[in-house]
Amino acid sequence: MLAKIYRRIYSYSLLLPALVIYAVLFIVPTIVSFFFSFTRWTLKDWEFIGLDNFIMFFQESSLSIGIKNTIIYAVLTSGLKVIFGMIFAVLLSYQLKTKNFLRSVIFFPALVSTVAVGITFSVLMHPSKGLINKALALIGISGPDWLGNPNLALISVALVDVWKGVGIATVILIAGIASISSDYYEAAQIDGANKFQAFWNITLPLSRPAINAVIILSLTGGLRTFDLIWTMTKGGPGFRSDLLASIIYKQYQGGFYGLSTAGNVILFLFIALIAFPLKMYFDRKEEQL
Amino acid sequence: MKLLKNKFVFVVSVFMLILLTAAACASDSGSETSSGSSEEDTSNEPEEVTLTFLIDGTKKMDGVYAVAEEIEKRFNIKTEFEVRPSGTEGDNLVKTRLATREMTDLMWYNSGSLFKALNPEEYFVDLSNEDFINRIEESFLDAVSVGDKVFGVPGQSSMGGGWLYNKKIYEELGLSIPKTWEELMENNRIIKEAGIIPVIATFKDTWTAQIVLLADYYNVHSELPSFAEDYTNNKAKFADTPIARRGFEKLQELYENDFMNDEVNATSYDDGLRMLAEGQAVHYPMLTQALSAINEMYPEVMDDIGIFGQPGDNPENHGITLWMPSAIYISKDSENIEAAKKWLEFFVSEDGMQIYMENMVAEGPYMIKGIELPEDSFVAVKEMQQYLDEGKVAPALEFLSPLKGPSLEQIMVEVGLGFISAAEGAEKYDKDVEKQAQQLGLEGW
Amino acid sequence: MSKMSVGNTKRKKTLLQFLFETIAIVFFGIIFIVPFYFIIVNSLKTRTEAAKMSIAWPETIQFWSNVIEVLNARDGMLFRAFINSTVITTFSVIILVIICSMAAFVLQRRKEKSSKYLSLLFLSGLMVPPAIVPTIWVMELLGIFKTMHGIILIMVAITISVTIILYSGFIASIPQQIDDAAIIDGCSGWRLFFQIIFPLLKPIHSTVIILQSVSIFNDFVHPLYFFPGAKNATVQLTLYNFMSMFNTSWNLLFTNVLLITIPPFIVFLIFNKRIVSGMTLGAVKA
Repeated sequence: MLAKIYRRIYSYSLLLPALVIYAVLFIVPTIVSFFFSFTRWTLKDWEFIGLDNFIMFFQESSLSIGIKNTIIYAVLTSGLKVIFGMIFAVLLSYQLKTKNFLRSVIFFPALVSTVAVGITFSVLMHPSKGLINKALALIGISGPDWLGNPNLALISVALVDVWKGVGIATVILIAGIASISSDYYEAAQIDGANKFQAFWNITLPLSRPAINAVIILSLTGGLRTFDLIWTMTKGGPGFRSDLLASIIYKQYQGGFYGLSTAGNVILFLFIALIAFPLKMYFDRKEEQL
Repeated sequence: MKLLKNKFVFVVSVFMLILLTAAACASDSGSETSSGSSEEDTSNEPEEVTLTFLIDGTKKMDGVYAVAEEIEKRFNIKTEFEVRPSGTEGDNLVKTRLATREMTDLMWYNSGSLFKALNPEEYFVDLSNEDFINRIEESFLDAVSVGDKVFGVPGQSSMGGGWLYNKKIYEELGLSIPKTWEELMENNRIIKEAGIIPVIATFKDTWTAQIVLLADYYNVHSELPSFAEDYTNNKAKFADTPIARRGFEKLQELYENDFMNDEVNATSYDDGLRMLAEGQAVHYPMLTQALSAINEMYPEVMDDIGIFGQPGDNPENHGITLWMPSAIYISKDSENIEAAKKWLEFFVSEDGMQIYMENMVAEGPYMIKGIELPEDSFVAVKEMQQYLDEGKVAPALEFLSPLKGPSLEQIMVEVGLGFISAAEGAEKYDKDVEKQAQQLGLEGW
Repeated sequence: MSKMSVGNTKRKKTLLQFLFETIAIVFFGIIFIVPFYFIIVNSLKTRTEAAKMSIAWPETIQFWSNVIEVLNARDGMLFRAFINSTVITTFSVIILVIICSMAAFVLQRRKEKSSKYLSLLFLSGLMVPPAIVPTIWVMELLGIFKTMHGIILIMVAITISVTIILYSGFIASIPQQIDDAAIIDGCSGWRLFFQIIFPLLKPIHSTVIILQSVSIFNDFVHPLYFFPGAKNATVQLTLYNFMSMFNTSWNLLFTNVLLITIPPFIVFLIFNKRIVSGMTLGAVKA
């Protein structure tokens, strides 16, 4: 009986507009394109070649570097975004006088186009003329070649990614913290809890949904982005900072449309394998709230 | 009160949605009227036609713009330029628009292998029967033809690929132009001892890493003229053809002898031009398109910049590799093919080229018969012309074969940084090419 | 939380807070502002000076002539681009806010299998990039290719996943008791949502508006493919316009970057203030 009422109230008609747009303009084209992963495709003609594209994709010489880099990049960026985002969000939820100014400052990088960010940081990270290494030299450290050193290029770009994206995480988390009723804090105050206890026992658990959203978004984002890598290193030096997504993108740019779609199918499965279980785990946790 | 406010929000949202549909419909009909209006004022003047023209947004197009303006004055044909990104991103956009039959009337694109990968017969208007095609050099026509059909006219001057060098420093150190690779390496040694950087490497812009290989093609071609054909037919490979592999080895030798500048990965094309112009370094393996770029920043040094072809092993046979210009093509789906042909006809005519040359500097000889290099051309371009006059010139491989692997630049960076050997690089590139050949559906792969 | 600072230690707290804020500003200043200083300084410079790409203060300042040159380039392409981008962004975001909050509400509240699968379906949008050519086919089939409403719907379609996740996370923290109270009052689903839930979502509406208007306004690739034509330029495309003078015009490039950053920044300033802390639920209960 109750379930029936709920079903009527939470009617799927509310969902319909989003579903229709999404299905027609995203799901259908995606499924169509997945068909072409079994073909040699020139955008105009196609020839069915079975699993050849998938085999060819796994033989890609930089694939193992790509997989390793993708995992490092995704874990590093999403981890740092969540941690720093949470710290900033908590600090900026206080009634600081400069709150709005500081929020703007942190969010500002997200406003600027990736190309401009890439250009700017390439200059700042220049090994001898860049501001970063000049500053390090002042305190007696000789800075590395951030983007030219094959062992460091990936990490450097990941740090820039965090710089650019932490504002987004912060804004989401601030909204999460904003949704917590002030009643809880008042109750905690009466109980004599200090600020840290209030954070640990109220803010952190009650903003879990927002934290989970940030984790899902930044992890799936980190597993499939390449735009910053593309503007800063193009996957280089050589192929040393290639990500799965940048390998696929290069295949696409090279005109290997069937092959790159096969790559996309693989990347999709790869991300789904990580993200779906994570999402279901989070949902279960949220229900317990 | 609160409820009222909520209702307000709701009403506003609904209103916005209605507005959106209205705006969308309006924008639709708007575009229709604008395209229709061109046919209205046709009373006495020749009918006004607007041609759309997709160009590479990163290229200097002043010459083309000037000619387009003149065409509008003379023939009442307006040109509407649409910019696209350059490089592989631009290639991709072009392929997408062709495949979805959404190409502009006129299109600017490379000639040679990149063009041939577009499946030209399907998408472009055959110009072989047009009179103005007779004005164009045969050597260029090969790069824009499939079989007997010709699809494009040159949109700029040709370019040379070789070693740009600083003549002043050559003079100071008493060096002469090397006729063999050995001599070039000897020059490098002397320059290095003098405390100057011998060779500029700008791997931040990865495409520049390919030049040492590509500019070596004159040497391959003069020793093994059949290479391009055999390579296209899967009968010859870079890895097992010693003369072809030399290009990879030459870059490796530059690395092994430490002739290149430091921080190669942080050095950009622009940096390279500056280093050459300011005399911080002596050689820059590059295309002559660099000359106009240097000219914009350092016009005063242009007399000090020269070029020589990348030398091989025979001092008697020192030539240069030639890059064909990008071309302008007409889309088969255009509704104004006649106007577009008229556009091209004027562009390559005596008058058209005159206007073009007033607005652009030549980076090499023009591929149009009877159009001589202007007197005030750069010193380096004149030096390049000498090779042509002696017949010591070969087109780059990409103009003789439809095959060019997309990963070449990264592979060359790896060789130049010593990550992999020349032999490994050649093998890796052969694999890259194999993929490309299969995608193009060439026979024998 | 400032409510906690009520008491006799107020002055000490104020001093501490002042100290704390100073440190925060200095820290953020170094990390976040220096790169912008770089962009601004270079937009002030002359062509030759900007080509050096240094962070030094310009010897000669020529900001206005840079701005005018950028605005005039290619028959005022930037103006047209501003209009196009603004229209696309505004409408996409309005649609997103409405349809995604509705969808997320249903998906979050329904606990059955079918809604779980639908959630995952939406989630999968985060994992695959849009397939360009098949999407164009679909758009041509519907007759919306190269149209303003076409590109708006595309921008909506590719940002639906992110937006739904943002809303779901937030709706999860709104107790279901609120729904129940409304249901007892005899509210229908649509009325419950638009009269009671929708207004409660203010902080997340602001967040969504900020994030999505920025990402849609700054998107380069999708308008390039799905909205081609010289008249249809968007602001990010104008960046390419300035690369045509690549090796010498960094000053114009950075001026352009500055100019096209202004509209999303204004959106940010307006909506950032609306993410008001710790009030929503309390207000409802009271």
